[in-house]
Amino acid sequence: MIHKYKLNGLNIVLDVHSGGVHLVDDVTYDLLDNVSPPFEEECPEWVIEKMMRFHDEREVVVCYKEIVQLYNEGILFSEDDYEKFASYSVASPVKAMCLLVEQDCNLRCEYCFASAGDYGLGKRMHMSFETGRKAMDFLLENSGDRENLELDFFGGEPLMNWDTVKQLVEYGRSREKEFGKRFRFTITTNGMLLDREKMDFINKEMSNVVLSVDGRKEVNDRVRKRIDGTGCYDRIMDRYKELVELRNNENYYVRGTFTKYNLDFANDVIHLYDEGFDQISVEPVVSEPSMGYAITEKELPAIFSEYERLADIILGHDRQGKHFNFFHFMLDLDQGPCAIKRLRGCGSGNEYVAITPEGDIYPCHQFVGIDKYKMGNINEGTFNTDIKKEFASAHIYSKPDCRKCWAKFYCSGGCNANNYIYTGNILTAHKLSCEMEKKRLECAIMIKAAKAAQEAGILSE
Amino acid sequence: MKHIITINSANLKKTAAKGGCGKCQASCQSACKTSCTVANQKCEK
Ligand code: SF4
Ligand code: SF4
Repeated sequence: MIHKYKLNGLNIVLDVHSGGVHLVDDVTYDLLDNVSPPFEEECPEWVIEKMMRFHDEREVVVCYKEIVQLYNEGILFSEDDYEKFASYSVASPVKAMCLLVEQDCNLRCEYCFASAGDYGLGKRMHMSFETGRKAMDFLLENSGDRENLELDFFGGEPLMNWDTVKQLVEYGRSREKEFGKRFRFTITTNGMLLDREKMDFINKEMSNVVLSVDGRKEVNDRVRKRIDGTGCYDRIMDRYKELVELRNNENYYVRGTFTKYNLDFANDVIHLYDEGFDQISVEPVVSEPSMGYAITEKELPAIFSEYERLADIILGHDRQGKHFNFFHFMLDLDQGPCAIKRLRGCGSGNEYVAITPEGDIYPCHQFVGIDKYKMGNINEGTFNTDIKKEFASAHIYSKPDCRKCWAKFYCSGGCNANNYIYTGNILTAHKLSCEMEKKRLECAIMIKAAKAAQEAGILSE
Repeated sequence: MKHIITINSANLKKTAAKGGCGKCQASCQSACKTSCTVANQKCEK
């Protein structure tokens, strides 16, 4: 399978099953509409005749030979022979955990999927140290031979249960040696309660920190509001800058959400860059289509061109030596994860689970509150391995849309939770997310291709 | 090659044979957890 597209003056051809990315000229681009395996020794007459209307005959003949050569090398129209690997890692250990240490929040962001922290459950609970400790024991005991354990403090707002977070980190550190494992702690915060003591602790213990902010003040404050309705921008920005500087500008993200209200979100990305951040993630809101801020099919064209504009801005900045990472465009075309990893993506319900303050186990933070997928309870010592198996067998070959999708080895089958919430089935792709994901990938691959082209001296700019 | 430039090593197939060790980070694809394309993860082997 190949996927070809034109963007930013480049003709890009992706060979899906080898991961090959090719830059081609117009003749080749058009020729690829007319030829596919099995190939013949020479370009078929009818193809030449058809192509001659727009291209030079001799060029067509040479192009054909080049295509056949790449095919023979296995990097164009390569075979899809990955399905046999899809049964791998079915019995995978649990190695990553999300602790919802606090189901309350000091903000009322309009679009919050966790409904101001309580996940729509109507209860605003805090996790006790005891429950957290048992959850960590569960991770230590169920992680098999995995040495690195990922543990994310999430909420609600985790800083509202700070003492427990600290105690749990200490507890985790105290047990690493005996198990021969290492915790990688991460935390996601809205910044409201950050002070120097918390920053220092976070910077010492957390291998990554996610700082929520949507971008420009007016954009942020329209949706990220305190309980009294005022925006939080002024309160958080200086704290974020201080925290990031204290951790040498490494291993963090400022993370925002864009909605229908700011379809010019590239300006928010640039705003965050101009404010001094270089690890930036700004992502589309996912919600019921009826919400005022919702992104629907109608917004897609505007979003697509905004992603293209952003890609262009990033290339422009790059040429001036101003580098920053836009998380959704980050892509490693050579050293990315192995194909096995790409079959399953997030690992929710299989390698990854979320634990609520009451000790309930769910496949991930977004499944919290969905009874059908409650996997057990930490305090009761229950864990439903049938649900685990169901998630282990959710991969790009068991998802009918993904099987035939060109983006499958980059996207890895999307988000099981979004699939379930919006289509009723973890195996059915949430089409709106797919469209945006594919556009982002096209932009991300284009950025790499443009840089390669520049190095090869193909583009003047 | 005159008409086609391949810009990467196109080695996905090789990674399948040796891969699957499971050491790399879990990667949430959803907006709430900042991650997205699995392809930006690092192999940790
Ligand atoms: S873009 Fe959609 S169909 Fe394609 S792999 Fe991702 S989830 Fe599956
Ligand atoms: S199911 Fe979705 S929200 Fe849950 S971990 Fe996977 S990608 Fe993230």
